[in-house]
Amino acid sequence: MVSNIKNAFIAALMAGVIITPVYGLQIVRSGMATHIEPEWDLVLLGMGIVFVFQAFIRPAVVKLLGKRSSSIRMPVLNDKARRASIAVLIAIALVWPFFMGRAEVDIATLVLIYVMLGLGLNIVVGFAGLLDLGFVGFYAVGAYTYALLYHWADWGFWSSLPMAGIMAGIFGYLLGFPVLRLRGDYLAIVTLGFGEIIRLLLINLYEFTGGPDGISGIPKPTVFGMPMTRRAPEGETTFHDFMGWQFDNMDVIIYLYLMALALALITLFVSNRVIRMPVGRAWEALREDEIACRSLGLNPTNIKLSAFTMGAVFAGFGGAFFAARQGLVNPESFTFLESALILAIVVLGGMGSQVGVILAAIVLTVLPEVAREFAEYRMMIFGLVMVLMMMWRPQGLLPMKRPHVELKS
Amino acid sequence: MSEFIPQLLQQLFNGLSLGAIYALIAIGYTMVYGIIGMINFAHGEIYMIGAYVGLVTLSVIGVGSGLPVALIILFMLIVAMAVTAVYGYAVEKVAYAPLRGGPRLVPLISAIGMSIFLQNWVAVGQGARDMAVPALVTGAMQLDVGGYTITAPYSRIMIILVTVVLMAMLHLYIKYSRLGRASRACSQDLRMANLLGIDTNKIISFTFIIGAMLAAVGGVLIALAIGKLNPFIGFLAGIKAFTAAVLGGIGSIPGAMLGGVLLGLAETFAAAYISSQYKDIVAFSLLVLILLFRPTGLLGKPEVEKV
Repeated sequence: MVSNIKNAFIAALMAGVIITPVYGLQIVRSGMATHIEPEWDLVLLGMGIVFVFQAFIRPAVVKLLGKRSSSIRMPVLNDKARRASIAVLIAIALVWPFFMGRAEVDIATLVLIYVMLGLGLNIVVGFAGLLDLGFVGFYAVGAYTYALLYHWADWGFWSSLPMAGIMAGIFGYLLGFPVLRLRGDYLAIVTLGFGEIIRLLLINLYEFTGGPDGISGIPKPTVFGMPMTRRAPEGETTFHDFMGWQFDNMDVIIYLYLMALALALITLFVSNRVIRMPVGRAWEALREDEIACRSLGLNPTNIKLSAFTMGAVFAGFGGAFFAARQGLVNPESFTFLESALILAIVVLGGMGSQVGVILAAIVLTVLPEVAREFAEYRMMIFGLVMVLMMMWRPQGLLPMKRPHVELKS
Repeated sequence: MSEFIPQLLQQLFNGLSLGAIYALIAIGYTMVYGIIGMINFAHGEIYMIGAYVGLVTLSVIGVGSGLPVALIILFMLIVAMAVTAVYGYAVEKVAYAPLRGGPRLVPLISAIGMSIFLQNWVAVGQGARDMAVPALVTGAMQLDVGGYTITAPYSRIMIILVTVVLMAMLHLYIKYSRLGRASRACSQDLRMANLLGIDTNKIISFTFIIGAMLAAVGGVLIALAIGKLNPFIGFLAGIKAFTAAVLGGIGSIPGAMLGGVLLGLAETFAAAYISSQYKDIVAFSLLVLILLFRPTGLLGKPEVEKV
């Protein structure tokens, strides 16, 4: 008990040192001059919290966990439960736009984009175990493929969509080819480097990509060749004229939502099937033990490359849809933070678990929208959650149950 | 004589002062990697926090306090080093120590979380906008070479001098002190060192503290030289310093110094002779190329993978 108090005291002192220069002595600018505004009560509050936590709460938690001998058990989904929960989620998603308001459908569309990106990255990180910190680069390639094809060649969304996937896939293949020999954390840094290079190129190739301003005025997708706008360009009929409806902006939003849903479902279906194919099994085997795989005659580079390319293709589709929905693209949307967010979705959900990824995408997209008044603290909490998650449950919220046999001695 | 040589000398000086900063940060990456084999992704943030602590100290003292400038700077450096030492220690204890021995990706993800947390921790506390740092060291040395003048601002000369002194001190400390010897033993074989009675947890903490202190010095010096800072400077500086560490051979302290200087030079020359917009691309491309063709870096030892 005494040593607890002593440790807690030291921890509180350290907390004081940590908090003081950032919160205790705030630099306030008034015109040209700056002055220091001391906020000692914040420092004392922080020190108090750390002291109480270290002295009483932590020992109590440790004791409690020690008594129960194992940490809190969370459900591990089996096959049946997984299928049921996916079915429920899809059912909700299908009826969602017809009962909800405009804002809700808009957020749901955003969620679906992240579901798609999360599922795409899940192939790379969850299935194949390759930590990719530059995933947003392929997302950017997809978005810019559509934007540039529209801008320079006047292509429509539907003809650009496959091109976006193909371009992102080519990028994934070409970038993956040299780097996939590298081990875990080196690979992470190189992919981060590539992601940043793509973004910096988009900023600097001013004539071609519009630089930091990006490209705007990208049209929304058409329905069977008919634009969903109030007025059609010369010689075309709009969708609402064709159907004999009044023009309603809500229709456009629902249409975009349904398209995002379709894309997310395709991603879900494909990744779900691929993991059961020989190549999917090879991904998992490679993730568990590369040397064993090599000695069994599998070619690690090809297998990794297939995962990397497939993840990139889905990111490309997501990017093209993103460009269409926003109507403009600029390099701002493709920073490292976006990669970190998508990675957080995969990690939080449980690497390799599709239901987990979907839930995490919902949580991480909806929470910031709900907690708008805490927007300032949002990223801070986001970082903290990532750290705590790794400590408390590194396998994620809903880890995948893998077929396994335990040997009893 | 053409203006080529004086220009070259000017760029050499600029590159050297930039490279010194990268070298200071890179030491932290390389020492941590050398001992526990993880990339301390939050290290760039420690550098940023060091710069902020320096600025806060300066504001508390007051620019026009009448104290000699050298004393004020010394004071800024000492406070920044002391505070970031606590940060380095705490980050290791909170975010990495509980995860040691797990899968490799787990501490890396935790470190990314920590990095995002620290950025926004400062952004909420001190504001996310650019903050002006008063120029304490003004003026520049003018050198005349063949009719052209080379300008060497005193603030940048200070960066080079302080870095050289610290590097020499670090080198002697690692080479001759007990803790330095213990940390060299740990970087050779952590488990064996532990078996021989070295308190490895203490050495790991020590490594984080040394790295954080050097990064803080880099932060304070660059803030004084450039004159502004914001909470997001750590990310890019961190990645570049990591590049420097990899370039020199990660795990090797002289390698980090060499890598830092080389990267600083490469970036300055790219900015001068290609285009200033491409200097970041040059740094990232260098990172990718080294990892592809010589992952052990210039001075690193090849790693043997055991089954």
